[in-house]
Amino acid sequence: MSKKILEISDLHISFHTFAGEIKAIRGIDFDLYEGETLAIVGESGSGKSVTTKSIMRLLPTNNSEIKSGKIMFKDKDIVQASEKEMQKIRGKDISMIFQDPMTSLNPTMTIGKQIMEPLIKHQKMHKSEAKKRALKLLDLVGIPKPDIRIKQYPHQFSGGMRQRVVIAIALACAPKVLIADEPTTALDVTIQGQILDLMKELQKQIETSIIFITHDLGVVANVADRVAVMYGGKIVEVGTVDEIFYNPQHPYTWGLISSMPSLDEKNNELYVIPGTPPDLLNPPKGDAFAPRNPYAMKIDLEKEPPMYKVSDTHYAATWLLHPNAPKVEPPENIQARMRKFAKGVK
Amino acid sequence: MAQTEKLLEVKHLKQYFNQGKPNEVRAVDDITFDIYKGETLGLVGESGCGKSTTGRTIIRLYDATGGSVLYRGVNVHEKKSTSQLKVLHQKMQMIFQDPYASLNPRMKVNDLIAEGIDIHNLAKSNQERSEMVQHLLETVGLSRDHANRFPHEFSGGQRQRIGIARALAVNPEFIIADEPISALDVSIQAQVVNLLKKLQRDKSLTYLFIAHDLSMVKYISDRIGVMYFGKLVELANSEDLYRNPMHPYTKSLLSAIPLPDPIYERSRKRHTYDPGSHQYEAGEEVKMREIVPGHYVYCSEKEMEQYQANYITN
Amino acid sequence: MSNSTSEKIPKELFEPASTDNMDNELIAKPQLSFMKDAWLRVRKNKGAIISAVILLLVIIMAAIGPHISHYDAYAQDVTKSNLPPKIPGLEKLGIFDGKQEIGGVETDVYKQQNVKEYYWFGTDSLGRDLFSRVWLGTRVSLYIALLAALIDMVIGVGYGLISGFKGGRVDNVMQRILEIISGIPNLIVVILMLLILKPGIISITIAMVITGWVGMARVVRGQVLKLKDQEYILASRTLGAKNSRLLLKHLLPNLSGVIIINTMFTIPSAIFFEAFLSFIGIGLQAPRASLGTLIEDGYQTFQFLPHLMFIPCIVICIILIACNLIGDGLRDAFDPKMRD
Repeated sequence: MSKKILEISDLHISFHTFAGEIKAIRGIDFDLYEGETLAIVGESGSGKSVTTKSIMRLLPTNNSEIKSGKIMFKDKDIVQASEKEMQKIRGKDISMIFQDPMTSLNPTMTIGKQIMEPLIKHQKMHKSEAKKRALKLLDLVGIPKPDIRIKQYPHQFSGGMRQRVVIAIALACAPKVLIADEPTTALDVTIQGQILDLMKELQKQIETSIIFITHDLGVVANVADRVAVMYGGKIVEVGTVDEIFYNPQHPYTWGLISSMPSLDEKNNELYVIPGTPPDLLNPPKGDAFAPRNPYAMKIDLEKEPPMYKVSDTHYAATWLLHPNAPKVEPPENIQARMRKFAKGVK
Repeated sequence: MAQTEKLLEVKHLKQYFNQGKPNEVRAVDDITFDIYKGETLGLVGESGCGKSTTGRTIIRLYDATGGSVLYRGVNVHEKKSTSQLKVLHQKMQMIFQDPYASLNPRMKVNDLIAEGIDIHNLAKSNQERSEMVQHLLETVGLSRDHANRFPHEFSGGQRQRIGIARALAVNPEFIIADEPISALDVSIQAQVVNLLKKLQRDKSLTYLFIAHDLSMVKYISDRIGVMYFGKLVELANSEDLYRNPMHPYTKSLLSAIPLPDPIYERSRKRHTYDPGSHQYEAGEEVKMREIVPGHYVYCSEKEMEQYQANYITN
Repeated sequence: MSNSTSEKIPKELFEPASTDNMDNELIAKPQLSFMKDAWLRVRKNKGAIISAVILLLVIIMAAIGPHISHYDAYAQDVTKSNLPPKIPGLEKLGIFDGKQEIGGVETDVYKQQNVKEYYWFGTDSLGRDLFSRVWLGTRVSLYIALLAALIDMVIGVGYGLISGFKGGRVDNVMQRILEIISGIPNLIVVILMLLILKPGIISITIAMVITGWVGMARVVRGQVLKLKDQEYILASRTLGAKNSRLLLKHLLPNLSGVIIINTMFTIPSAIFFEAFLSFIGIGLQAPRASLGTLIEDGYQTFQFLPHLMFIPCIVICIILIACNLIGDGLRDAFDPKMRD
């Protein structure tokens, strides 16, 4: 694979609240390679948004704390960077798209000004030059009549169009890393498809790496090259998109995939992961998923599983991969997927 | 399933907001459909297409601008005595979208679930009331001890189940589920959908299931209606709709559902819908027409012939 | 990422664990009602807690203060006029020793006027004990403020609830009325009111209430408009709830936070307004005392007898700051955005 652009190692993040310390991120490691799309999936509270906010150093300063770990970007540790250094990185080298296109644009500024702002600030462009570039960007993200649209305000745009503008702003300085935090969740399915296609298209042109956060496995299957599955503040499985969807190893991944209904068959009962996500105020001893895991073993309640290597690109944190562990049968539709994988997917 | 008895008939229902003003919004614009006893009718469409408004108008949270809603032959929107209204409120119930906003944060779960019991005086004593609540809690898979807690102590999925228990408390026949799973995580969605299916079997309930997640709607519904800008554009048996979508909007909607299948996703082709593509001529009557038995499409006469021709070749 | 096959783990640990007896729906957190939760938050706010203690002390003093100095607040004794504060014990430290600079010379006024008693806060020009009068004044000020805030609350909440809940034309008319009332400067209304009514505690309260409830009504109406489309209200309506149930069971409990906070901020402004009215001379009339009249009296002899003005000023400042800090603490505690 190509060069690593972002390396995150042993990251621990806590929030201090009235109730006590919430250990939102409990030791995660992952790398982001040049030009790839890494999707981070997980339920709400699994820590996926916290992880990416920490990369941008956008966590609230009053109650959050990066306890330990490194986020290496271009030989610099972002965890140690000063606010001034971060301001140079944000929007220029790493930029972010948020979930809600309605609130991520400033309602009192024209679209044009908002796109030109990072260009003037980071690339020291002249105003007229920035305007030319802004027009080009609007055209690039598929907004018709950019010369008219550039003078308009956010409320004159529809949700999908706003998200396109947000993408244009994020890509203005051709960042090395683009973090997309559920960028299509607030949009309708048909618009979602358009935005996903647009992002893939632009990624090729600008050659940026994307970290794509979502809880929708369908979206993941569409955009991702690699997938990291998060649960209870940890990465439980990471691999290429085919490995995760056709040869998943972690029972949580099994559950996630199985609990989505498939369109072809009218199955009788949906597969259900019982119970609710763990309370990170008092994370359980052992594997955080154990209480909801039908395949749980005694060791799951005692000790956290290490990351086991499945292939060069595929790792999973479950005791089921220990050589002494009994062979278990994954849910039926996972087995079907695995058979497909064994036949050689490519 | 004997789909003979009509439970609910919606006839030319209209719901306009700011009527007569320049900013008039035709949220629901002349839609007609029936719901049969024991079935689940799915209603899908994009945000702002009027699907939630339809649900809320049916249960009389809004007064309809025009048209009628007949529940077992009784018009819901006519003037009614309090006792008649009470009966309707008991027969028809609603489950809401946002598990955080749909439970009063200042009430204990006990009182939340018992609200319907209190309003309709269904319990003779306090003891009976709390027994009913505990029974309901167990029905939705929560434990008795939860009765004395406040909503903010529960997770999203648990809250949604409390909302379901509240609706069940009055023993309804018909439940409008207004996007009951859109705000939940994937693994929790399955829990709630399974629960709804189980309740339907056990209590022979009828559902109007409103959602924008088409794969879940397909899973839970017997028939599906597709809405677009206040109009119902297609209504069919769910299998039929997925296999033979006819209206171009339905096609675009179906082609956009993301599936957890990377191989399929790589070869995905999206259709886009252009409302101008119909090119209706002046004087052409555009309405719901039955293309094949049980499959209705909003179209002109010319289109109908076309659809029928295409259906046979399919 | 380690591949830890070498690790020795006993085989029996790989037996399936039964997760059946684990309650997946268990909630580990202790049970907390909304009010308890808010109290926990207030308790963490040191400023609010200290303020509450101080305010409580002031209230206690207002209740018992006039009785513990054994001087009557109204009894005049010209032979003992204009005495500076003298407190037993503290006098040895050189403060509150009854001494005062007169014409650049430090003189013991008590000795000069041949007074044996101790006046803790000194006396005024008519020889009345300031200690008794300050606490009496505090009592009157607090009483007026509480009464005004309470009436404000009742009228404002009622008006706001109806206006917001009914909506439509009713709301429109009620809002126009409200705008007219709030459009007239309240000082004018109060002055006119006091011309008609005889100045006194009740009349001052009424005069303040006439314009005071507007703020509460506005806040409550805004909240009701926001809350009435909440899904729990809709749910209750689909269950067939009557308006009275929606108002009392659903809206009012959810408004309580806003109402309490708003009242907490009304009290200090009412105290201040009463003091202001008394200060400009249209408030309480002599010989009755409120903090405002005391300050007004003291202000006239401020250069010679500063204690006459300073002491009531300090008391009023303490009350205002304490009330505001408590209000802030409550706002933080009730604010749903702060909840986790």
